[in-house]
Amino acid sequence: MNAFNPSIDEVKELSRRIRMQVLQMTHRAKSSHVGSCFSIVDLLTVLYMKVLRVRPDEPDWPDRDRFLLSKGHGAAALYATLAERGFFPREWLTEFYADGTQLAGHVTHHGVPGVEVSTGSLGHGLPLGCGMALAAKRDGRPVRVFAVMSDGECDEGSNWEAALFAPHHRLDNLTAIIDYNKIQSFGSVEEVLNLHPLAEKWRAFGWAVSEIDGHNYEQIVAALENVPTQANRPTCIIAHTVKGKGVSFMEGQLLWHYRPPDVSELQAALQELEGHR
Amino acid sequence: MRAAFFRALMDIASTDHRITLIVGDLGFGVVEPFAKQFPAQFLNAGVAEQNLTGVAAGMALMGRVVFTYSIANFPTLRCLEQIRNDVCYHRVNVKIVALGGGFAYGALGVTHHATEDLAVMRSLPEMTVVAPGDPIEAEFATRAIIAQPGPCYLRLGRSGEPVLHRSGVDFELGKAIQLRDGNDLTIISTGGMLSTALDTAAQLDVRGISSRVLSMHTLKPLDEDAIANAACETGAILTLEEHSRIGGLGGAVAEVLAEMEGRRVPFRRIGLPPGFAPLAGSQEYLRAAHGLGTDSVVQSVLNLLEIAPA
Repeated sequence: MNAFNPSIDEVKELSRRIRMQVLQMTHRAKSSHVGSCFSIVDLLTVLYMKVLRVRPDEPDWPDRDRFLLSKGHGAAALYATLAERGFFPREWLTEFYADGTQLAGHVTHHGVPGVEVSTGSLGHGLPLGCGMALAAKRDGRPVRVFAVMSDGECDEGSNWEAALFAPHHRLDNLTAIIDYNKIQSFGSVEEVLNLHPLAEKWRAFGWAVSEIDGHNYEQIVAALENVPTQANRPTCIIAHTVKGKGVSFMEGQLLWHYRPPDVSELQAALQELEGHR
Repeated sequence: MRAAFFRALMDIASTDHRITLIVGDLGFGVVEPFAKQFPAQFLNAGVAEQNLTGVAAGMALMGRVVFTYSIANFPTLRCLEQIRNDVCYHRVNVKIVALGGGFAYGALGVTHHATEDLAVMRSLPEMTVVAPGDPIEAEFATRAIIAQPGPCYLRLGRSGEPVLHRSGVDFELGKAIQLRDGNDLTIISTGGMLSTALDTAAQLDVRGISSRVLSMHTLKPLDEDAIANAACETGAILTLEEHSRIGGLGGAVAEVLAEMEGRRVPFRRIGLPPGFAPLAGSQEYLRAAHGLGTDSVVQSVLNLLEIAPA
C-alpha cells in the first residue's frame, strides 16, 4: 500500500527524535503530560511508520485508516509524530500551546492536518471509532480504525458502552490499543480504581485480546500488522508501558504527569536520549 | 408530530442513503417501518446514549447524515458532552431528535420531563435548535434540517397534536411564522404551545384585544427581526413555552429586547417556574398546574396589558 516502509531501526530512531521534540515542546510550553506522551511514543511511531494507510499529502483521502488518540493529553506526542510523518511542518511544533496557534494542549483537529478528531475529555475516542468502523463496514470501504486509550480512561463508562457495541456489530476493522502504564492522575491505577484483570474484562466483552510490551517494536509491529486476528471480532491490544519511558528519572513517576521539565532537567533528558542514538 | 417526522424522514431516506437513524432502544411500535424498509440505514444502539452519540458522530464523519432518536432527556442531557465535543465541535451532520418535549411524558415523572433541553442545546456552539409547533411544521422542519449541514436539535411533542396551519406554510429555519396578526400584543410561542397561543388569541378577541401570534419554531438562530417588528408594531410581547423560564424562548427573546435600541415594550415570559414538577399528571394537567393552561395565559396577558403604559 505504502511505498513508505521504514525499517525497525528507522522507527526506533524516529521514536527517539519524537521524545526529544516532546521534551522541547513541554519545556517551552511549560505544559504537563510528558510522561503520558512518552508511554505512547513507540506505539505511535509504529502505527504511523508501518501500519496506518494514510497519505500526508492528501490528509482527507476518503479511504485512509482513521487514527484516534482518545487520550487527548498525549497531544504533544501525536503532533510530533504527524510532523515527522509530513502532515505539517516541524516548525509548527515550536508553537505548541502558544497564543493564537493551532496546536492546543489536547488533541485538536481544527486546522491541524492528520488529526481526525479532537479529544481531551476521556472516553470519547472508542465510541467515535465504533461509528467510523460501522459506517466503513456498511459502506463496504476498506477503512480500518485504530484508537489509543489510556488506562485511567478505562474508568469512563462510555468506553464500556462501546466495548459492548463493537463485538455485537462484529467490528473487526476496529482496534483499541490501551496504554497500560499503570499510573493515572492521582496515583496508581490499582489504588485509584483497579482495572485488574483488564485483559479478561475485554475478552469477556467479546474482543480479540492480546497483551504486548508497548515499548518492544517487534511485538508492536507483530500485534498491529496482523489485525484483525479473529474474523468478526474487534481487536484490543493491551500495551504494557512505562509512564515517562525513555528518560530514566521520569520513568514510572506520577510527577511527570504534571511537571514540565525545567532547563536542567531538559538538558539531562536530552543528553540521555542523545546517548541512545 | 412523531408521524409527520417519520413520514418526512422515510421519504428522504428512500433516495438519500446517507440518512441513518440510530435509536436508543426506544420507539417500539414506531420505528419498525423505518428499520424494516432501510436496514442499512438503521441502528438500535441499545440503552447507551453516550456511545450512541459518539457512534453517530463517527458515522457522520464518514459521510452519513445521522439522526439520533430517543425520548425526553435521554438523547440530550445524558450525553451532553458527546454532543458538545463530538458533534458540535466537529460540526458533523448529526440531528438529535427528542420525542416528548416538555410534559409530553408528564405522568412518567420528573425524569421524563424535558424542561431544560432548549436552554442547554441553545448554548452549544454550531447547534441549530428547532421546536415545531404542529405536525406540519414538524414535517417541514425535518426536511429543512437535512438540507442544512451541521448539528441540529429537533424537539418534538409526541403524537396527536392538532394541525394548526390552515393554509400553505412558508417554512424556513430561523424565520418565525406568523399565524395571525393583531396590534395589542404579540404572543411568541415555541413547540407544542402553539395551540395554546392560538386559543389564547381567540379568547382575547372576545375581550376586544387583538393579538399577533408567531410560531418561533427555530430557537437558534433566532428570528430577531420578527421580535423587533413585534416590539415596534404591537403593544406588548408575551412568550409561551413548555420549558423552564430560564434560558429557553423567553430568555432568548428577553436578550434581544434588552439590547434593542429605542422602544421598550411590556414583556412577560410564560414558562415553567424553576422548580421540579414532582406530581404525576397528564400533559394537560401539568401544563395547567404550572400556569400554561389557556385560562392562565389569558390572565397573564391581562395582567401584562394592565401594567402597560396607556
